[in-house]
Amino acid sequence: MSRLEAVGIDAGYADAPILDAVDLLVPDGKVTVLVGPNGCGKSTLLKTLARILSPCRGQVLLEGKDIHALNTRAVAAKLGLLPQGPVAPEGLTVRELVSQGRYPHQSLLRQWTRADEEAVESAIETAGITQFADRSVDTLSGGQRQRCWVAMVLAQETRLILLDEPTTFLDLKVQVDLMDLFASLAHDRGHTLLIVLHELSLAAAYADYLVMMKDGKIVSAGEPDDIFTAERLKHVFDLDASVLRDPVSGRLVCVPVGARRRIVEAAQ
Amino acid sequence: MTVAAAPSPVRHTARSWSSVPILLAVLVGLFLLHIAVGAKSLPLGTVVDAFFAFNSKNFDHVIVFNLRLPRAVIAIVVGASLALAGALMQGVTRNPLADPALLGLTSGAAFAVVIATSVYGLATMALLPWIAMAGALGAAAIVYIIARLVPGGATPLSMTLAGASVSAFLGAVISAIHLLNQETFENLRVWLTGSLAGRDVTMLYYVGPPMLAALLAGILLAPRVTVLAMGDDVAQGLGVRTGPLKAQLLAVVVVLTAGAVALAGPLGFIGLVIPHVVRLYVGSDYRWIVPYAALAGAAYLLGVDIIARVAIPPREISTGIITAMIGAPLFVHLVRRRTR
Repeated sequence: MSRLEAVGIDAGYADAPILDAVDLLVPDGKVTVLVGPNGCGKSTLLKTLARILSPCRGQVLLEGKDIHALNTRAVAAKLGLLPQGPVAPEGLTVRELVSQGRYPHQSLLRQWTRADEEAVESAIETAGITQFADRSVDTLSGGQRQRCWVAMVLAQETRLILLDEPTTFLDLKVQVDLMDLFASLAHDRGHTLLIVLHELSLAAAYADYLVMMKDGKIVSAGEPDDIFTAERLKHVFDLDASVLRDPVSGRLVCVPVGARRRIVEAAQ
Repeated sequence: MTVAAAPSPVRHTARSWSSVPILLAVLVGLFLLHIAVGAKSLPLGTVVDAFFAFNSKNFDHVIVFNLRLPRAVIAIVVGASLALAGALMQGVTRNPLADPALLGLTSGAAFAVVIATSVYGLATMALLPWIAMAGALGAAAIVYIIARLVPGGATPLSMTLAGASVSAFLGAVISAIHLLNQETFENLRVWLTGSLAGRDVTMLYYVGPPMLAALLAGILLAPRVTVLAMGDDVAQGLGVRTGPLKAQLLAVVVVLTAGAVALAGPLGFIGLVIPHVVRLYVGSDYRWIVPYAALAGAAYLLGVDIIARVAIPPREISTGIITAMIGAPLFVHLVRRRTR
């Protein structure tokens, strides 16, 4: 049984639906990557799966139970979410930020414990931010900051982790490092990750399971080797691109064929 | 003279309850001093005696209990309330300029009270806190609506500008009402700038209990404010029900602001400045900012009121004027520190 599943969900407004009868089984212990053109409903799907938005129709099942019948805190103990472009309050230190991830495990009666402390330290170590742990988040670079947010979600200690464009606006090297971290969370620690990505080659390189969306529908889902093809990129993104296999990594990459290249071909 | 790869300064701040005893000691000291100074200076020993060995035949002891103690208690409650309300508002709105005075809540409360008393001749004291609450909520709603109508929506900037405009307008109406009505001219300083002089202690019996409850609620909710300050999506992902939490925090802020205005008028700058001062020492986690702001706010208003009473003897300056005279330059200093 998959821990997280969408069954026929519609979301958005009656006259302008953003999601249209979406079914999705998120495979356990894998990296699932969601791609699609701007405005196709990727973020809406992620937020609906995380219980931030309610679907108009259909159900989201978390471990077989309707997620909208569970309370917010119970969901937060099982599912971690990193929204797009989060901003930390000015002056908050890295350790304080990561500590907020323990919120779902605390209450008025159950205050800060040793288990909380250990979860925070372990998350800081896993995310590789030990050396900045006592600095203010706002003094760090974009990539370091994103690692802090990832550490916060890790401190939440959930099997399921949903990330909305965690690599946007970062240098390529930083993007790759982050994706390596995500892959290791899934493959070495058994987390289930669902990531919305913009970078197609990064998606093809790191996805165990790739999901392509267009106009509020899932149009293609499967292993990149099976579905990451030039025809599908044309269909989903209206993008003319060549899909090649990199001889070193054995991964698929897409190379856009720009207008200039087409002009050169036409002239010949 | 190069310092090889100087690491960015690591901030060593007191992120625990450990500094509470120090602040409490300062608070008690200022409290006793506040009672001791005045038209007739009393030795601190006499003040302490009045508490531990009260003698109803000792005129000094009677001054302590009947005249000075109520004012000191009002200063503590009002200072703690405004500072805590300001800290909560800064967290919830993610706006470092949020403050009950700057966003129009205190002038809304004062305006409603002035209209009710001067124009409609209301004399029932028990109703004033309710009227102040309605005024604070009404002004907050107007500020929010104006900010929403600005292109770009209710951003920290548009909220601050709308709040400043609404405050200025309501202040102008309060002045006009008082200037046209000679008999109430004396009240002007209370309802325009705030003052702790000659306040009726009965009001403390009405608003004290709900304000203490709101202070406690604010401290208990403080850890959630940090989560909320990271944005609604992050907060919901961490299991915070953001809608109900914001409603609870608004209720706390309105009770504290309306109570403070009913007791002492619209005192400015306390809610704005104190949380920023506290941040320098306890960092940016509201779990610590909120309780420390309450303690520091109480101590600050006691100190300010001491100055208001001794600066130009035998006369007294309005407390609200001193809070602004000290608060404004202090705030400018804090802003400069932040941007450096």
